Amino acid sequence: MLAEIRLPSASPRVLLPAAALVAMLVLIFAMEPRAMSYFGLTLLLNFALPAVFAAMAQMAVIAAGDIDLGLGPFISLVNCLAATWLTTRPVAGIVALALLVAAYAAIGALIHLRRLPSIVVTLGASFVWLGLALLVLPTPGGGAPAWLTTLLAVRPPGVPLPVLISILVGLIGWLLLMRTSYGTVLRGIGGNPRAVARAGWSLLGGRVALYTAAGILGVLAGLALTGLNTAGDATVGTEYTLVSIAAVIVGGGEFVGGIVSPAGAVIGAWIMLLTGSLLSFLDISTDWQLSVQGGILILVLGLRALEERPAA
Amino acid sequence: MKQRLAVALEARPWIWSFAAALLVWIAIAASVAGHGAMATIAVALQFGTFYAVVGIAQMLVIAAGPGNIDLSIPGVMTVAGYLAMGMTGEVNSGLVLGLLVGLGVGLAAGVFNIVLIDALRIPPMIGTLASGFVFQSMAIAYSRHSHARPAPLLADFVSARLLGIPLIALVFMALTVLTAFLLRRSIFGRSVLAIGQNREAARLAGLAVRPSLALVYLASGILAALAGILLSAYSGGAALNMGGEYLLMSIAVVVLGGTSIAGGQASPAGLWGAAILLDLVVTMLNVLGVGAGLRFVVTGIIIIGVLALARGPEARY
Repeated sequence: MLAEIRLPSASPRVLLPAAALVAMLVLIFAMEPRAMSYFGLTLLLNFALPAVFAAMAQMAVIAAGDIDLGLGPFISLVNCLAATWLTTRPVAGIVALALLVAAYAAIGALIHLRRLPSIVVTLGASFVWLGLALLVLPTPGGGAPAWLTTLLAVRPPGVPLPVLISILVGLIGWLLLMRTSYGTVLRGIGGNPRAVARAGWSLLGGRVALYTAAGILGVLAGLALTGLNTAGDATVGTEYTLVSIAAVIVGGGEFVGGIVSPAGAVIGAWIMLLTGSLLSFLDISTDWQLSVQGGILILVLGLRALEERPAA
Repeated sequence: MKQRLAVALEARPWIWSFAAALLVWIAIAASVAGHGAMATIAVALQFGTFYAVVGIAQMLVIAAGPGNIDLSIPGVMTVAGYLAMGMTGEVNSGLVLGLLVGLGVGLAAGVFNIVLIDALRIPPMIGTLASGFVFQSMAIAYSRHSHARPAPLLADFVSARLLGIPLIALVFMALTVLTAFLLRRSIFGRSVLAIGQNREAARLAGLAVRPSLALVYLASGILAALAGILLSAYSGGAALNMGGEYLLMSIAVVVLGGTSIAGGQASPAGLWGAAILLDLVVTMLNVLGVGAGLRFVVTGIIIIGVLALARGPEARY
């Protein structure tokens, strides 16, 4: 029932960012026609992979009505682990990554059981991630596992890899969250927890499921980043906190009420990523990229508020 | 008797942070066999002052109720620090201009946040997060032009001691007392706490809800700018990563100090206990020869741990 109520309002929410993305791509193609080729797109969107995974991770947390301010440092930590342990001691590396996912599940459980504000807990966790990353890799270095770089160098016929994976991730997210009954329950946790609990579902289980998904997606983001950078750095992921939140919100998500859209989050991630390319094509210093990303977020939310104002 | 003690403790939530700080200090004093134990306190007060200043800012915002938080503090600190140092131009005669510009940046940041939250109705968490990144990127752009050192007079002021106690600690303890007084006695302070307890009830009671909230974010912007300027002066110039840890620390000193994260109540004195505690923990880990990585891990775990223990299951969001 929840899905029925939300679907009509969700469509224009995704159409708007989709139109914005198309406009950005047209602008980039007009300025740099070579970007329109298979390899041009691969180059342009290579870093879409970590951004899309990060956006989906953040989306899982926002669906629970929470926010994750530690996602960026978490991705850095995965990057450091992947560039060291996963390369030299694969078993220890895999165990460590599995423990990180378990830690995310535990954070979800803690937030639920003690009714803690997610913002403070995830900020506290961000210190833990940063500290662990520095312990694993005090100075930038290490190397990516060979299988990871090979995997990211795959050139599928017709569709560039980052495009293909972005679409796949969006599709899987959409199927799981919007098309299964448990997905509807999960979205209800942020929207109307009381109704979910009345219907007999465990709120604790749901939140843990969402945080576990966020942990897994965060690990995937870190792995993708490692495969692209082929090295580890304890601070490399910092920007993904803003990028992921902005991607979810710009892509039609709401901070209040657990309203999210997997397809929108993927589009939002692309928009955030392309701000960098657009700035460099326009010959504006990338010093301003944070401003543009933050500005887009403010603009979208401002427009949304103005749109809703007459009704209020 | 037991009950009276419990009531007395409940009315003074700041006691816990001071007690914890005292315990950590005793542990440090014991491990260094008393040598320089007093000096540790002076150093903790010096660095603790920066935590306390952003703590006052964050406390005022958080006290105004659920959803209110200022995540732009690190960005404001950094851009205000850079502009104040740059405009001062390393000479005492430029201090007035530098300080005016730096504090002006804080004021402008506060106004910007108010526009986002009040006029555009963006949730404070997202609005201040986004504006914080805008401020940070302004600092990045400005840092390409200027890497000025602080004017000698300001640098002397921030490291000056009075009877062995850092002067800025005394100055901001006075400001903390003033804040506590305002929260308790002024219409503004009582309005903020009332809004924090129940915004709708405060509105129906005829309190000036929107102006009070605006003042809170304005104060936060100015205090963050002040912290940025003083920290830049103390560290020999602004740095792009100088605000980094202050986002968590500003919230941590508020929570550890006994202010309810749900709003409606504030514990100004506790800010100092928490600030000294967090600083002493770092000192203790340094004494133990622990590296930066483990220090971050321990700080993070302490904050999550205290938060989890302090809030019962019955507490509201």
